[in-house]
Amino acid sequence: MDQIFVTLKSGILDQLGRFLPDWALVVHSVLISITAIAILGPVTMMYLTLLERKVVGRMQNRPGPNRVGKWGVLQPIADGIKMLTKEDIVPLRADGVLHFLAPVLIVMPALLVFAVIPFGRNMTPVNLNIGFLYFIAVSSTSAIPIFMASWGSRNKYALLGGMRVIAQMISYEVPMVLAAVPVLMLTGSLSTNDIVTAQSGWGGLQWFALTPWGFAGFIIFFLCGVAECNRSPFDLAEAESEIIAGFHTEYSGMKFALFYMAEFMNSFTVSAICTTLFLGGWQGPGFLPSWLWFFLKTYSLIFVMIWFRGTLPRFRIDQLMGLAWKLLLPMTLANILIAGFWHFTHGWIKIAGSIALVIASYEGLVRLNQRYTPEKRVYTFAE
Amino acid sequence: MIFGSGILKGMLVTLKNFTSSYFKGPDEGGLFTVQYPEKRLPEKENFRNFPFLVFDNTPDNLRCVACDICAKECPPKCIYIVREFDKEGRPLKRPATFDIDLTVCMNCGFCEEACPFDAIYMDHDFEIANADRHDKLLYHKDDLLKSNEYFRKIRPTNASAVDARRHEAEEKKKAAAAAVAAKAAAPKPTPPAAPNSPAA
Ligand code: SF4
Ligand code: SF4
Repeated sequence: MDQIFVTLKSGILDQLGRFLPDWALVVHSVLISITAIAILGPVTMMYLTLLERKVVGRMQNRPGPNRVGKWGVLQPIADGIKMLTKEDIVPLRADGVLHFLAPVLIVMPALLVFAVIPFGRNMTPVNLNIGFLYFIAVSSTSAIPIFMASWGSRNKYALLGGMRVIAQMISYEVPMVLAAVPVLMLTGSLSTNDIVTAQSGWGGLQWFALTPWGFAGFIIFFLCGVAECNRSPFDLAEAESEIIAGFHTEYSGMKFALFYMAEFMNSFTVSAICTTLFLGGWQGPGFLPSWLWFFLKTYSLIFVMIWFRGTLPRFRIDQLMGLAWKLLLPMTLANILIAGFWHFTHGWIKIAGSIALVIASYEGLVRLNQRYTPEKRVYTFAE
Repeated sequence: MIFGSGILKGMLVTLKNFTSSYFKGPDEGGLFTVQYPEKRLPEKENFRNFPFLVFDNTPDNLRCVACDICAKECPPKCIYIVREFDKEGRPLKRPATFDIDLTVCMNCGFCEEACPFDAIYMDHDFEIANADRHDKLLYHKDDLLKSNEYFRKIRPTNASAVDARRHEAEEKKKAAAAAVAAKAAAPKPTPPAAPNSPAA
């Protein structure tokens, strides 16, 4: 069971190998992986929309979609057909090229990121030795298509949404990377495979999230990840109560669906990377196959994202920026320090030192985040 | 107060809603949605929708006397009545045409209150959606006629009160008729006193 997909792939390749030359086999191996990802991505997205609507509905005491098929399982397909047959409207004064390119480009980073995710034992599509760097680099480019969309549609709400996205994505990338630094420090590698292997102790339960610094890093990384894919409560970019739909105000039909798809695939990949870095990836007690462990953990993180959405109201833009720069960023820096200390010292020094560092950084954070209240001025009239 | 405890509290509330929606009944905080076309809530007796005309026993025997009061009372003026005449041109106590435009009716129930002959009442039938709003939603007399049994079925309390009142009136009428008959048989009594004059 554990290697079912790997065996399947090598089985197909064996059959092909009978009448194909070696170089063609390599191409086919790549093609098979690409096909698997290209199917997994959109299907994940389609069913995430259903999951989200169901879960949020349940949280609001509604049953959610339940008309198309049993429990609404065919709802995403019905939605897909609806999206495909809808009219595609391009505003008269829009920049046609940008307006068209943006939804196409935004799906690309979302799909590309799938390449480095270790879905299970021996199931990393591309085992890059800079896997995590690749993830950060590729996923950060998704800010550009969003800005293209907002600029290209020549709409002030779209532009406002675009500005918010840029501000938000750039600021949250910093604490996101810094939160992952302790993990990279301890594994000494950027490869997602190595990171997962480093958490294989204790019968597959030695996850980084179970160490103090790892737990802090996990929370921060996850929060930043939620902000990175513009999900509630950080969904200022498409705050419908303020700016209609933000950067995709002027999109309809399949182009809109592509934005939607990118958002959901992003939330999947962010959860997947979070799982990889902190929750042990596909590691887990052996009674379940490795890929099932991976999907279980990823989907529980996605559930938490949906849970956030069902609970929390939206941030204000200054609160959003303040959270990233004034709270998360210093916390990640302190976390790096503490992780190093925790790892390289032993005995009581390790415990006492870490606690001291936590207290010191807490004090510092509180002091630095204090609101500046000017002294009360007393005005006196000249005699 | 730890930082973020408010958020955790909120998250717990939604989680509780989420789990109770699976495991609890509608009264204990679970799902209370009724899946409408398959199941439906019991109708309240006083629920009022579009009006209908009541007839006793047979459709010819409708209670409406074409007095036009409801048409005058109707705020959006959606009732249209034409009185029926017999061959000699004498007016009959029944409508030849009785139309209600349901696209205009606002379900106020004034017609029901105004009618002195217990002839028009508010219905419970709300599934009247139709693709043709010009023809199918303009109800004619035949569409509006419904039996007193139907009225008794949908609004038992009101119907029995109305029936009791009508029965009483009937009895009184009969008694009066009997008295008149008795009087006619008896020798002529002294003429009654003159009606009250303003001078008196
Ligand atoms: S319910 Fe109101 S609006 Fe409708 S017919 Fe009667 S009086 Fe007119
Ligand atoms: S329904 Fe009643 S008020 Fe209206 S015309 Fe008939 S008797 Fe008169």
